[in-house]
Amino acid sequence: MKFIPNSPVKNAMIHDLGLTTTDDLFSDIPAQLRIHSLQLPNGQSQQAVEAHLRDLATQNKPFCDLPSFLGGGIKPHYLPAAVNAITSRSEFYTAYTPYQPEASQGFLQAIFEYQSMIAELTGMDIANASLYDGATALGEAALMCSRYTKKTTFLIPANLSWEKKSVLKNYTIGAGLTIREIAYDPHAGICSRDALAKLLNDQVAGVYLENPNFFGIFEDHAADLATLIHAHQALFVVGVDPLSLGIVRSPGDYGADIVIGEGKALGNPMDYGGSTLGIFACRQEYLRQLPGRIIGMTKDQDGHPAFCMTMQTREQHIRREKATSNICTNQGLCMLAAAVYLAWLGGQGLTDLGIQNIKAGHSLKKAITSIPNYDAPFSGTHFNEFVIRCPNAAKTHTTLLKNGVHGGLQLQPWFPELKDCMLFGVTELHTPHQINRLLTGLKEAA
Amino acid sequence: MMMYRSARYHEPLLRDLSETQPPSATPITEVPKALQRTRPVMIPALEELQLMRHFLHLSQMNYGVETGMYPLGSCTMKYNPKLCEAISHWDGFTLTHPYQDPSTMQGTLQLMHTLEQMLCEITGMDAMTLQPAAGAQGEFTGLLLTRAYHAQRNDTYRTEVILPNTAHGTNPASASMAGYTVIEIPSTPEGTVDLSALEKTVSEHTACFMLTNPNTLGIFESEILEIARIVHAKGALLYYDGANLNAILGKARPGDMGFDIVHINLHKTFSTPHGGGGPGSGPVGVKKHLEPFLPVPRIIKKKTLYDLSYEYPHSIGKIKSWYGNTSALVKAYTYILLMGGDGLTEAAEVAVLNANYMKQKLVDSGFYDLPYRPLRKHEFVLSADRLLNTKGIRALDIAKRLLDFGLHPPTVYFPHIVKEALMIEPTESESRQTLDAYIAALITIAQEDASVSKSAPHETAVRRIDEVGAVKTPVLTWKALEKP
Repeated sequence: MKFIPNSPVKNAMIHDLGLTTTDDLFSDIPAQLRIHSLQLPNGQSQQAVEAHLRDLATQNKPFCDLPSFLGGGIKPHYLPAAVNAITSRSEFYTAYTPYQPEASQGFLQAIFEYQSMIAELTGMDIANASLYDGATALGEAALMCSRYTKKTTFLIPANLSWEKKSVLKNYTIGAGLTIREIAYDPHAGICSRDALAKLLNDQVAGVYLENPNFFGIFEDHAADLATLIHAHQALFVVGVDPLSLGIVRSPGDYGADIVIGEGKALGNPMDYGGSTLGIFACRQEYLRQLPGRIIGMTKDQDGHPAFCMTMQTREQHIRREKATSNICTNQGLCMLAAAVYLAWLGGQGLTDLGIQNIKAGHSLKKAITSIPNYDAPFSGTHFNEFVIRCPNAAKTHTTLLKNGVHGGLQLQPWFPELKDCMLFGVTELHTPHQINRLLTGLKEAA
Repeated sequence: MMMYRSARYHEPLLRDLSETQPPSATPITEVPKALQRTRPVMIPALEELQLMRHFLHLSQMNYGVETGMYPLGSCTMKYNPKLCEAISHWDGFTLTHPYQDPSTMQGTLQLMHTLEQMLCEITGMDAMTLQPAAGAQGEFTGLLLTRAYHAQRNDTYRTEVILPNTAHGTNPASASMAGYTVIEIPSTPEGTVDLSALEKTVSEHTACFMLTNPNTLGIFESEILEIARIVHAKGALLYYDGANLNAILGKARPGDMGFDIVHINLHKTFSTPHGGGGPGSGPVGVKKHLEPFLPVPRIIKKKTLYDLSYEYPHSIGKIKSWYGNTSALVKAYTYILLMGGDGLTEAAEVAVLNANYMKQKLVDSGFYDLPYRPLRKHEFVLSADRLLNTKGIRALDIAKRLLDFGLHPPTVYFPHIVKEALMIEPTESESRQTLDAYIAALITIAQEDASVSKSAPHETAVRRIDEVGAVKTPVLTWKALEKP
């Protein structure tokens, strides 16, 4: 089966066109460029391909076989079956971008619901229909700050994921932005106010802060920093873990102008880092500078409520080189999963989940630091990720793997000052049995 | 004609589906006081049935490839085999963390490594990255590679990117984001790149020339070797927008045509579904001289073990967190194995055959015109300008009326050089019967009273939408509805 229904009538159709062979269809390709076959195996049966993929899948060690306590912005969460049931509807997943709104009302309304829930969670007025991931959302936020303020310096925390630092550099190199890093307080593990104050000047377009930050720690002085940032006419960009927002204030309530985040935890699997969701929300006054698609509610010719893509004169298919971003295809289905997930949880469910996660984080940190030779280098209050200094991170890592459990993320390659430090993450999904296995392994490695 | 009627619900908004509001927030003492949430999250709690009904109703008011023919030009809306979908959901792939020790991810790493090699063979390139999330991000990546390449040669005066006036909108937008000035050149009366315009425009300031081949008119740029010569003679690079790769699978390869950089849309040519707007996947392939700049990590094979390597000092770094939209990679790999080299070639042949078949029947009908050269590849662009002049029917009206026949319209009003453009890409997935039904619908629309199409659609969930009103009074969230 090649999924090509016209193969049997190919010759008849070719003759119908007044041609004699398939080659006639390709006569416009110069002969010296023509190839006669691809050096790939011939097609195989579904059964054979499935068996091969089964073999590959068994060479991976997924969470169910190898519980992992890795942090770094991705962690396992419970995925309600309802989410996949809806995202597996082929009316949704086999559709293109909703260019024809009359035939895409379902997806358009779902995006509108998503935008509404993200605006509610972040405390912003508007949200777009998704960007690729949290890192590119940061890149787009920096560009938007620069377009809006017509200034060219953007400040980021030094304790930011190297992935985001690198993506940000690539997103802003074309616009000629200068990126400067704000040192973190080596004791609390949060952004240093003094360091920020020294870097702020009239060239700063925006300042980025993560809450909780890359070390898992809450930036509890965010409101104070917002005042400082706004005093310099710079925009305040806050990165969030959306799962924390059931128990933590919305950034809009402490002065954020733009809120971004990695949204994959909302109903999407870890997926080896795929299935990401770039959250992007902001205040109404920045609407015309917003990157990506946005959906509006309007009426049809009979006066019924209806949805469509709107404010499209910002976008590449209309504005070409003057567009606010080049993004076209986004992460639509991941966004749909997020909308279903949030509606499945409800506001109270999100709060309950936040409580479970912060309690799991605090309790695991306490258990690990009570093992001799493991301590916490930072004093700041954290959510569900935290940094631990191990006696020997490499040894801890291999010992844990031997014990059938995956330890935290080794930070030293990216933060040389954090020798032997690991970033642990724990969620509502980790069982007492898995946690015991971790603690046993850590004791063995101590 | 097939009878079609979309489901039509006046589906309430989620927030109106529940009478219970979240209780007031109780501060959580584990959170620092200054950050404790003091107002509830206003998202209603629903029972699962209410939730399922809501989203099921929405799905029934949405049109996908499995609803009917979806010949959006340059979008390659082919069938997405179920096996690809099912495998991508397996725990072995999905329940894995990107920072897991590579020794525990040998299956996925082998898959990615092999997929890179397969895509290199298909495109004729030397090395590949799977990191970009979509076509536009692939373009952006390619342009950053271009920057890095010229910068390493201290060739820093190359500030311009040239593209034909038929280019996809993402091309100029990506070039501009990468810091380049965009220069558009006209097309010939044949609908292809104007070589003399190109020769006049390319200079020592040109970083690269971006081209889609076959182009957005569906015409193969037969002078491609001469184009490559002109571009390379001035030290510039040649960029291939892979949106239309489906037309030439197993027939010709961009790498052999002289392209230095290629992006591929896995969600077009390699059948990963579009997901209502994503996730896509936009791998980028390069020739040897650009390989040192590819994003990290690269997937490498050491003896029998696969690993992720960051040891590339000239790399541009990262373009996206982690390694790309992995579920799309699993689906594309599965698809390539199912099809094989022979099946992919057959796909290109039938995709091109289907397009030319439809083109011929529609031109023969006498209602639609085909500007530019007759032989097309996987897509063709008709002009409905004659219907506008004779009956007042616009391309937009045709698009809306097609919906009443249960058919998705083509891309309309693109490329801009064709008046009242209908850009049709049937793909290899459709049967002759379906093609004939689509042709018949387009002929019926041309013949029936203009008032029918001008007031269409009639059978969809909503009637024609007031898009101007949506811009004038933006209502973008639930909250906006509460305002007085």
